[in-house]
Amino acid sequence: MRIHLSSVFVDDQEKALRFYTDVLGFAKKNEVPLGKDRWLTVVSPDDPDGTELLLEPDGHPAVKPYKAALVEDGIPAASFAVDDVPAEFDRLRGLGVRFTQEPLEMGPVTTAVLDDTCGNLIQIVHSR
Amino acid sequence: MAEDVFKALADPTRRRILDELVDRDGQTLFEICARLVTKHGLGLSRQAISQHLAVLESADLIRSRRQGRYKFHDLNTEPLEHIVTRWLRPDGPESSA
Repeated sequence: MRIHLSSVFVDDQEKALRFYTDVLGFAKKNEVPLGKDRWLTVVSPDDPDGTELLLEPDGHPAVKPYKAALVEDGIPAASFAVDDVPAEFDRLRGLGVRFTQEPLEMGPVTTAVLDDTCGNLIQIVHSR
Repeated sequence: MAEDVFKALADPTRRRILDELVDRDGQTLFEICARLVTKHGLGLSRQAISQHLAVLESADLIRSRRQGRYKFHDLNTEPLEHIVTRWLRPDGPESSA
């Protein structure tokens, strides 16, 4: 068994697509109209057949309180691997991205946490 | 007030939290939890760490600050200065009962 798809709940799919592609650097994979929403997934350009990330509408009433509670305590909704967390931190901050946790070395792992502008915190991580 | 500070400092986990806030001020609960588990092997639940933060906050050793949708925790060293001056410059009577 492999992980085929994971999702983040976003408050606006169009805004999310722009942030996840133009800013974070993912590539759009699937876009299927479903009423007023879309089945909208992105993938890493380095691994176009790899795990897809679904940008899922957050309209269900349970979702917004859940997201707000995670964000208040700084807890990421997802974690993405990068080559170099400090370099990616500098690049993204240059693009105006807000971080709730600056790069932190924890033994072999370095992490940082950013705001995806769609109501979630996202962790970036590299391992040495 | 001083009683609260001594009680807050009596616990080793709470002292570690203060150590980590010296390293970087303005941490989320998530970062504090991550630092305690990865740097100190303290694998406490988030609820337990929240309770430690509440004790530190009631002693005014940390202050929590809401910034938009986020909540950050800052170190406040003022209560420590009162403790130190009590013995280094002992001219005032104990203020609290």
